[in-house]
This record gives sequence, structure tokens and C-alpha cells, in this order.
Amino acid sequence: MAAGVFAIRPAAGGAAVAAGLAALILGTLAAVALQARGLSGLGAWDWRAVWFTIWQAAVSGLLSAALAMPVARALARRRFPGRAALVTLLGAPFILPVIVAIMGLIAVFGRNGAINEGLRALGLPEFSVYGWQGVILAHVFFNLPLSVRLILQGWQAIPAERFRLAESLGFAPANLTRHLERPMLRAVLPGVWLAVFLVCLTSFTVALALGGGPSATTVELAIYQAFRFDFDLGRAATLGLVQIGLCLAAMLLTRRIAIPAAFGTGLDEAQGPQGPAGWRQGADALAIVAATAFLLWPILAVTAQGLPRIPALPPEVWAAALRSVVMALVSALLALVLCLTLALAIARGRAAWIEAAGMLPLVASPLVLGTGLFILLRGWFSTDALALPVTVAINAIMALPFGLRALIPAARTLRADYGRLADSLEMHGLARLRLVTLPRLARPLGFAGGLAAALAMGDLGVITLFASDQPTLPLKLYQLMNSYRMTDASACAVLLMVISFALFWLFDRGGRLA
Amino acid sequence: MKTRAFALALLAATPAAAQDKPVLTVYAGDYVASEWGPGPKIEAGFEAFCDCDLKFVTGEILPRILMEGEGTQADIVFGLNTDVTARARASGLFAPHGQQTGDLSLPVAWNDDIFLPYNWAETAFIYDETRLENPPSSFDALLAAPEDLKIVIQDPRSSISGLALLLWVKSVYGDGAAEAWAKLAPKVLTVTKGWSEAYGMFTDGEADMVLSFTTSPAYHIEAEEDLTKRAAIFPEGHYLLAELAAQLKGTDQPELAQQFMDWILTPDFQSAIPHANWSLPSRLDQADWPEVMRDLPRPETTLFYSEDEAESLRQPALDEWLRAFSQ
Repeated sequence: MAAGVFAIRPAAGGAAVAAGLAALILGTLAAVALQARGLSGLGAWDWRAVWFTIWQAAVSGLLSAALAMPVARALARRRFPGRAALVTLLGAPFILPVIVAIMGLIAVFGRNGAINEGLRALGLPEFSVYGWQGVILAHVFFNLPLSVRLILQGWQAIPAERFRLAESLGFAPANLTRHLERPMLRAVLPGVWLAVFLVCLTSFTVALALGGGPSATTVELAIYQAFRFDFDLGRAATLGLVQIGLCLAAMLLTRRIAIPAAFGTGLDEAQGPQGPAGWRQGADALAIVAATAFLLWPILAVTAQGLPRIPALPPEVWAAALRSVVMALVSALLALVLCLTLALAIARGRAAWIEAAGMLPLVASPLVLGTGLFILLRGWFSTDALALPVTVAINAIMALPFGLRALIPAARTLRADYGRLADSLEMHGLARLRLVTLPRLARPLGFAGGLAAALAMGDLGVITLFASDQPTLPLKLYQLMNSYRMTDASACAVLLMVISFALFWLFDRGGRLA
Repeated sequence: MKTRAFALALLAATPAAAQDKPVLTVYAGDYVASEWGPGPKIEAGFEAFCDCDLKFVTGEILPRILMEGEGTQADIVFGLNTDVTARARASGLFAPHGQQTGDLSLPVAWNDDIFLPYNWAETAFIYDETRLENPPSSFDALLAAPEDLKIVIQDPRSSISGLALLLWVKSVYGDGAAEAWAKLAPKVLTVTKGWSEAYGMFTDGEADMVLSFTTSPAYHIEAEEDLTKRAAIFPEGHYLLAELAAQLKGTDQPELAQQFMDWILTPDFQSAIPHANWSLPSRLDQADWPEVMRDLPRPETTLFYSEDEAESLRQPALDEWLRAFSQ
């Protein structure tokens, strides 16, 4: 049904989805503000939280993008056994449930972690993971994979012929950089920075677990506080507005910098270039090894703790796992349909507001969204009946911005390369979707679907507001922790991680094979 | 254990039998209704005689009930905390519990006619005696301890135990609370959102002490046969934290709701609490407590603020706390 809509009239479908998104996000905010009978002013501590939020998000974005560049380049231009598997593996932290990731980071960088053991053995001062540096470390850990993937896709979007042509013209690496790589990076990097900035803008659990204290308070935490303890919906709505304002400001800012890459039509990426030999080979190897260690060590540490106990997990945990998997799959499919509709409309190029609406979910506070929906819908449905569908829908929406970042460039390229040809052949509707759109976009679609499924799997957020007698796996994890069962909780964390990862792998692999 | 939990899950999945029975809707904290919380025991225990279907609805109780107002489906609210009852009371949504509270096994007198405590504990710092050989013997000693003694606490803006610590420090140090926080802050490894994250860090060996409850060692002793986790008992006193139940004025099941409130203080209910919630029963002779709870070291002094005091102290104490951590 939805597929028919976007295939036949992509612009109208995209506009409808975008308008729906904007209405939902701004409407729920309005509902919260109305319930509170207006917005409330912010105190000095709220403003401190706003500044800390902006600062840490900006730094996390810069660091993630800067560190991702050499890694993405190394992955783009080197071929080695297991490369494809490594690319998938390096994506893991981004889809790790936050609580699992924090356990892993503490296991490696904590007071008793391997890093500090090593530093102590060498007589060097210890590194404290608690404080603003811990928040940034965690954010880079989460977002380096996303950054690497987005930049890598930029690299792979450069047609192989360009590299071959450059090679036959005897380009030195510096010339390659100037003529091929730098234009691509100029197009991709602002978007990467923006994506990470926006993700970090709504950070909540990371800042609270590793921030060390209230000087590292984020806006989302202030929103939680307003809900949970003060029951000050007006302040929550104001903070929600501030968050959305920050998002729009950052997007306006990066729109002026971003220049889309236009390389024309070409063969597929599979025959990509080989990188230069010499010291650059060593540098590439170092980049790959360092990134792999940084990203996978914490995950291995968590796995080592929890894996042996997985078979002993009680049956309720497995039931919750099954429920979560079904919800994640539905959520991912919904996200894909919405995402493709939006990306095709955005690729037609005329509606900047559609892209802005597509990015809105990233900064919409899940707490405001959930509460707003609760206020709007409770007169119509019982909250028990709402819990699961609303969670599925919100998770799909929350995954849209990530999917869009991967899909928009590909959809633009598709439109530029095949749009006129398809138009001239009068290929429209389902035929065009099946023969051109889906095959050409299979890889980013697989990536987007994988992200959506994994993020939905690990999400705790909304279900706690609507919680019903049908708990999800992340909720079970918290229940275990809340009843002192820390070892069972670590096993549950590994199970959650394995399932999230398997879901992502299935989609991503499917996209590559298609 | 596993079979029983599984059987309970099966029971929960067969609503047909319960269809004609009246439903008592109980809003409860999320941990309450999980199979590791007291919920299943409470549900089975009450349904054994009420000829009704007790249904837990979990989530953030207080925000939800305030949002729903008089249209709420709840008949009972289970798991509110002391220190935040002022707001709930002001809503006017709750009805008196109708119980005699003169002989509770609480360390403070209780004369609230709306909110009924069903279990309690005091805040305490927990340590592992194999890792911390000389734990501070008083709050003063904790403040004076070297900075490499690391503790984890919870954020008073998102956690009820974090708020209890705020009031604990206030009740011990009064006007000197800001100064006390300034001394404590360098020893705070990190501030977590909730109790569970902090406690996990402690059991992982990240911190020497964690803000938790006097009853926490009971879990380790009973469930893990681990005798090394202890609560540091301070002569200055420990702050009381009780969990409360209340019935809604607008309930459509007034008789069932009252029956539930009447049941809370009975030995039948009270004897289920210590193991299910790892806290102390609110009306049970100490002689009838489980041995593990009886044997726990008890503080000599219990500190507690009335609802109004807690409400008026909260904001200024929070400002002091924020300032101490922003130096």
C-alpha cells in the first residue's frame, strides 16, 4: 500500500510522510505544553545543561569525523581477507544498547580496566573514564562506526573508473586526494559531523553514567528530571523546544557548507581502487588495527563476562527476547518504507523542509514524544493496547535520520544517473521501483534496515512510559539489575547484543547480496 | 524456582479463566512486577482469596497518575516513595487507607492516613570487606577519608535513593551540608541515573563503596552465599526510605481496593516482602523476620524528614549539591 504510494508519486508520498513526522513531533510537544498550560522558563542549571550539551556534542562530532577519516580511507582502498566481515564488525558499537556499551567501556577504561592496569604497571598516571572525557570517549565509541560507514560509503560512491582514469594519468596520492577524495569529503563530512552532533545532543544515559557528576548534565537528563521528579511538563516542553531549536540551527549551519558529490554514472563499487604502496600501507594498517581494538575490545570484554551464563537465563528472558525480535523486525520494515519514501522525495531536490523533517526525530526527546502520544491517545485507546504498537512506531521513526543519512546520497546519485533514462523510457511506478530503485539502493537500504532493527532491539526508552505486562528484552535487563542479579544481567546484556548484531548483519548482508 | 516462574508465566497467559472476575488494577514500579520482584508473590497471594484478577500496570507511577488525573484506571498505587508524597497528596486523588499504624515495625512513628508503608530500609554505603579493609566508621570519617576512596552515588534528580542521600546529608550536617558535599565530591567516582547502574559498578569492582541500603548485604548472603558485602554503619544515623501503597478515591472497585489495603499489614503479605524486595517488613515482629535480615547490623539512629520538610528542603539541598559538583 505505502509502497504503491511512493512508487507512483514519490514527491507527494515524501511530502506526506515528512508532514506526518513534523506533525507528530511538534504535535506531541504541543500536547505536553498544553497539558502544562504553557511553557515554563528555564533556570540557571538548565542553561548550563544546554551549554554542556552543545559543547560535548560538537566535540564528539569533530573527533568522530576526524578519527573516522583515516579508518574509512584505509578500508576503502585496501583489500584483505575478512575485510567485509571487519566492516560489518566495526559497525557494532553504534547498535549496542547504551547500557551494554557502558559496561564494556568500564571493563576496558575503568579504574580496574585493562588500560589503567597497564598504565599502573608502567608507573604512569591513570586515565579516568569518569568526567567529560568519559562522555566524549563513549560518544566517539558509539559514533565512530557510524562516521566510518558514512565516509566509507562516500568513498565507495566514487566510481571505480575515476580511480582507474587517475591511475592511467599517473596521479600521485596527493592528486587523488585533491581531485577525487577531497570533493567527496567536503560533501560527506558536514553530514557526518551533523549526524554525530545530533545523536549526542539527546544523550542521556552516557552522560549520566560516565559524566562523573552534575557538571556533565545534558538537556535530555534535564527533561527526564522535569518529568520524573518535578512533574513540570512546561519545563520539559521548553527543553524539548530548545533541543529542536538546536537541531534546526545545526542543520542550517551545515547546509551552507555541504556540497553534494557529483561524479556521474559508473560501474559498481566492487572493483574499487587499490591504495598506494609504501608507508601509506603501514599507516592504513595502523588505522584499521587501532580502530578495531578501540571498537571491539569493550564488546569482547562484556562478552567474556556474560556469555557463559546465557544458557542459565530464565525462560521469561527468552520470551522477552522473542517479543523484542518481532517488534524490531516490524519496526525496521516500517522504517524502510518511510525512509525510502523520504529519500526519493529528497533526491528530487526541491523540498529542503522534507529533509529537515526527516532529521527531526533525532532530536525529538523520546520522553516528550512518548508523553505527548500518551496524552493524545489515552482518551481513545487503553494504554496497555498502545504499548507495543506505539513502541514499534516510535522506534521506526527514531531510526529514520540514520537511514536517511545513508540513503539520501545514494538516492541523489540514482536520480542524477538513471532518473532521465528511466523517465525517457517512461518507466514509472512499481516497475521502476523493482528494476531501478531497489537494486541500485539495496546496499544503503540493507544498512538502514539493519540500523533500524538493531536500534529498535536495544531501545528501552518509550516502553517504560507505556510499559505493559509484555516486557521487552532491554526492560528485562533493567529488571535483572534492579533485583541485584548483576551476573544474570550481564548475560542478558550479551544476549541483547548478540541479537541486535545478528539483526543488523542479516539486513546489511541482504543489502550487499541483493 | 525456574519451574515455578514458568508456571506463573503460563498462568498469566491464560486470561480465559479470569474473564468474569473483577479486575483490581495496581500501578506499580517496573521492578515490582518483574518475576524477580515482589509482584508475582503479591498477585498469587491476593488472588488466592479475593476472587478477583489482580493486574499490574508498570511504569513511572507518579508522573503517570498525575497526568491521568481523575480519569486514571488505577485502583491501587504500589511503590510510591517517602520524600515525594507531598505532590501525590496534593493531587487529592487518594483515599485513606483505614489501617491502624500505631504498631508498625518502622523505626519512626507513622501517622499518615493516606500512604501506607509496606517495606522499608535505610540508606547506607555498601563495601566489600576484601577490597576495603578499613571502611569509614562514621559519616565524618567518610568525609575525611583520602580522595582515593571512591564511591558511586545516584543522581537526586532522577533517583529516589539519590534524593534520600541528599536528605541524609542535610539531616546529619544541616547548615554545614554544602561544606560536607564539598568534602565528599572529590571521592565521588561518578553519579548514575539510577540505583542499578551504580550498584553494578560497585559489584564490578570499580568503586570502593556504593550508595544503597542497609539491607543490600542480605541479597548477597542469601542468594550468593557471599558474606563479604557489608553496610558501613554510621553513628550519625541513617536516612529512612519506605515504599508506600495507596488506594484511589475514584476506584471502580472500592471493596477490592480496601481488601488489598487491609491485606498489606497482615503477616501473610509481610512475610513475603523481605525476600522478594530485599527490604524490611513494615509490620512484623523482628523475631519473625528472616534470619538473614535479623542478623544484619542495624543503625542506632534513624533519620527521617516529614513530607513537608522533605519537600521544602529538596530544592535548596539540590542547589547545594549542584554547586559542590560544579566547582
